[in-house]
This record gives sequence, C-alpha cells and structure tokens, in this order.
Amino acid sequence: MLTYTSIRLIRSAATLAFVLVSVFFMVRLAGDPMLALAGPDPDPAYVEELRQRWGLDQPLWAQFQSYVVNALQGDFGRSYATGEPAMKLFLDRVPATIELGVVSLLLSLAIGLPMGIVAALNFGSVLDRVVMSTAVLAFSLPNFFLGILFILLFSLHLRWLPSFGSGSWQHMVMPVLTLALSSAGAIARFARSSMLDVLNQPYLSAARARGIPGLHRITGHALPNASIPLVTVIGLRVGDLIAGAIVVETVFAWPGVGRLLAEAVEGRDLAVVQVVVVATAATMIVSNLLVDLTYGWLDPRVKDE
Amino acid sequence: MSDIAQPAALSSPARRKRLPLLVRTAAGFLLLVLIAGIGADLLAPYDYRATDLLHRLSPPVFAGGDWSHPLGTDALGRDVLTRLLYAARTSLLIAIIGTLVGAVAGSALGFLAAHFRGWVEHVVMAAVDFQAAVPFIIIVLFFIAILGSDLWLLLILIGFAGWEVYARLARGLVLSAKEQNWVLALQGLRIGWPVIYARHVLPNIAAALIVQMTLNFPGTILLETSLSFLGLGVQPPGTSLGLMLGEGRDHLLRAWWLAVIPGMLIFLTTLSMCILGDALRDRLDPRARQG
Repeated sequence: MLTYTSIRLIRSAATLAFVLVSVFFMVRLAGDPMLALAGPDPDPAYVEELRQRWGLDQPLWAQFQSYVVNALQGDFGRSYATGEPAMKLFLDRVPATIELGVVSLLLSLAIGLPMGIVAALNFGSVLDRVVMSTAVLAFSLPNFFLGILFILLFSLHLRWLPSFGSGSWQHMVMPVLTLALSSAGAIARFARSSMLDVLNQPYLSAARARGIPGLHRITGHALPNASIPLVTVIGLRVGDLIAGAIVVETVFAWPGVGRLLAEAVEGRDLAVVQVVVVATAATMIVSNLLVDLTYGWLDPRVKDE
Repeated sequence: MSDIAQPAALSSPARRKRLPLLVRTAAGFLLLVLIAGIGADLLAPYDYRATDLLHRLSPPVFAGGDWSHPLGTDALGRDVLTRLLYAARTSLLIAIIGTLVGAVAGSALGFLAAHFRGWVEHVVMAAVDFQAAVPFIIIVLFFIAILGSDLWLLLILIGFAGWEVYARLARGLVLSAKEQNWVLALQGLRIGWPVIYARHVLPNIAAALIVQMTLNFPGTILLETSLSFLGLGVQPPGTSLGLMLGEGRDHLLRAWWLAVIPGMLIFLTTLSMCILGDALRDRLDPRARQG
C-alpha cells in the first residue's frame, strides 16, 4: 500500500512541477506581451516602463526564480488588464464554478446511472436501445447549442427563467441542465458497459445457482462490483465539467472560472490565463490521484500490477 | 465446413449484410454536407461577404420569408444559406485536417513506443497520460492566449486533439502484432523493421485506426465549433459553423434562426458521424456489440 500510494504521489508532484515549468517558458516564448498591451505604434519609453513594472526587464533566469518562489506562495503576478492580483481574480470566481459543477455532476449521476443500469439489465430490449440512442444524442448535441435552445424555450418563449446572470436558483436551472445532460449520456453509456461486464461474470451465475433471488443478486452482488470502474468515470467527468464550464458559463454569463478564462484569452491577459491553466491542471492531477488511490482501495488487485 | 470451425458472426454472408437504414441515412447526410462544402463556390447564391443593409434579419422561407434568401439574412443583410455553405466548408476542412494530423502523429508515436520500448515508451506514455488528464480545450486556449488566433495555429492545435488515443491504440496493436508468427517469420527472412511496419503491420492495424478516426471526428468538430463560438477560433471575415452560431446568439429575440440553423447543422453532422463510427466499429469488432 505504501509503495502504491507513494509512487502515485511522486508522479503527481512531478506532473505538477512539469506544468509549472512549461507554463513559464511557453508564456515567455510568445514574445513580448507588453507590445500587445501598449497598443499599436507604442512609445518606446512607455513600453520600457511597463516592462519594468511587470519585471520583464530582468534576465530570464532571474524571472524564472522569482516565478517559482512566487508561484509556490500562490502569487502569479497581477492581471495585465485590471492590475489586481491574478490569484485573487481567480479565487473570486471559484465558488460559482464549484456550485455549478457539483450540482450538475450530481444531477448527471442521478440521470445517467439509473439509465445505464436499467439498460444493462434489459440488454438488447427496446428500452436498452432507447437509452443508448438518447446517450448518443446527448453526446452529439453541442453544449453551446443546447444552452441556446434552452434560452429560446424557457426564457424567450415560455418566459419562465432568466436567460443570463446569477443570484437565484432560477439562474442556475439552465446552466446546470446544459452541463448535466451532456455528461449524463456518457455516464449512462459507461454504467451500462461496466454493469454488462459484471453480469457476465461466473460468480453471478454461481449466485443464481445457489438460489439467490434476482433483486438481491443485483443489489448485493452486481452493483457493488460494477460501481468500481465508475470511480474512474466520475474522476474523468471533473475534467469534462471544467471544459464544459468554459462554454456554458459564457453562454449564460455565469460569473465562474470558465468565463474568466475565456475573457482572459480574448484580452490576452497572460497572468490570469496562467493561473487558470495551472489551477485546472492541479485540480485534474489531484482528482486523478484520488481516483487512483480510491481505485486501489476498492479493488486491491490493481495494486499488485 | 462445420459451424464450430467458422463462427456465424464472421461468415461472409453476415459480413456482407447491408447496413441499416439509419447508418445509410447518416452516410448520405455526411456526403451531402461534404458536397455542399466543396461546391460552396458554385452553389452559393451570393458572395459570403456581401452585405445588404436594406434586407437585414429577413426570415427564412419556413418562417415567412421569400425565396430570394431561402434561409434568411443576418444582422448585416448577408445571405445565411451562402454563409452556411462556406461555414460548413471551413468547419469540415479544419476537422478533417485536424483528425488526420492527430491520427498520423499519434500513430507514429505509438509505433515508436512499441518498437523502441524502454525510455522512449516511458516518455510517450507519460505524455499520453498527461494529455488524457488535462482537458484539451484548456491547453488550446493557453496557446491561443500566447500566440493569438490564427487559422494555421488552429489547425495544428486541433490536430493535437486526440493524438493520445491513437498513440495508445497503435502501441497496443503493434506490440501484439510483434508477437504474431507472421511478423516473426518476416523477421526470419531478414526483412528490415521499416518495411515490416509499413508494408505488413500497418495494413493489418489500419482498420482499427480508421475506425478510431471516425469515433474522434465528432469531438474534433465540437472543439473547433466551441472555440469559434467563443470568438477564439476562426476569425471574421472567415466563417465557421461555431462562429455563425455565436453571432446568431446576439439576435435570439428577433431572429432565432440565425443560431438554430448552424446549430442544427453541427448537431446533425456530429450525430451522423457518431452513428457511422459506431456502425464501423461493430462491423470490425463483433465483440464490441456486447459491451
């Protein structure tokens, strides 16, 4: 257990270090961000002053050293656009994104899991086909288009919900539905296939031969085993929710990290982009680590590999 | 020949069975979109940049418009049908080139990893794990923030979407091919590895890689349209399905069709590709049908 855990920990730390270092050099590769900031036909003295203010007049090695020292303290410099610390801008937006992400993850599990399990238990039936077709539809419908269809229906046609902004539960309905529905399709598909894997195992035939009733076979034997691979898919969903949040938050003007990133990229506010990229990578690395560790705990066979 | 020697699923009549209607419809639709995109110059009734401020936001035929603009006009009076044809061309072109770049680069890395093993394999597989871990759109946005939006950059970045899937797949397939008797036989004949890979292994695993391409294609289209929708992909005066949808979003109240028409086209294209990809995979690997 110790070696399994420590290998995973070391690997995660190495990946994070790799991300930090490559982000620094990539940003410097881009050329001088101050030329973009100073506008067309800039005054050389003004550009020089900007460089000094953002520490870009230092040699690369000195810049790298202060970058690492500051980054480890959570300081990623100031936004080129507003002058505020980039980390603060990021942290201000985190709660809104987590709120959106957690609610839609729960909703997509609540929709996707039962659908996938029911489909697997009725393998090959009409019900199974309906579930699988719905899952393909959910995947093919781009989330930005789904969001716009919701706005057309619920805001402009029925006038039930506000089309953008945040603040009340009504504001959350459409962004959550949009994120949850596209995720639910993938979860249903995965739940179905891991359930089918388990249903074909000899130990279920053995349970049947021992005369264990059908419902008990499913809840007591099939579901616990089928839920192990689902840990992985929930971990992967975290990444998809972050990616989805960029688009969905922009569609519904939801004040979260995704919209912050989209705006920062458009304005080429590299300090802010840097924070969001590093923070996303860190989130993903931690969630993958948790998935690996949970998986090793639930299924001890993994650790022996 | 007895049934035991030849499983029913692999016998030739079953393999030659006609594709279901749904799959043929999907293939037909994709062909139609492809022709529309390629023939945009001939088919388009107007210049895609031509504005007509006297006929702004006129509705399409099915919403009470007239046939001079079958799908209506946008906020600058540009013909929606014309723009849709050019947008389909741009989006398909980016998705096709992007998919090819990713497939070639990824498969090549998979071959290298499987051939050299050792540290080469470790490096490739570490990169695969990293790419699979971080949402790709974040990486793309990072590079766009640094280098600015540019069509060539977009092509390269979108090409890198999904390379890890091909690398993993090709590595696995090559590793198992290397254990096969026919590869050992070719080695015994003192045929060089490059020839064995190019002329013998690749044709054997190409089908699986091509199926993977059709499965990845919808994701590639969605990546480009998402970026363009955000205003960070294809830039005006060029046009793409995502960009049209993004522009239409500002006029939802007065002209819902501006967003719905390109949106439907994206949806139907990805849906058709999903249906086709699933059908191809089932045909190549009958076992996949069970799970």
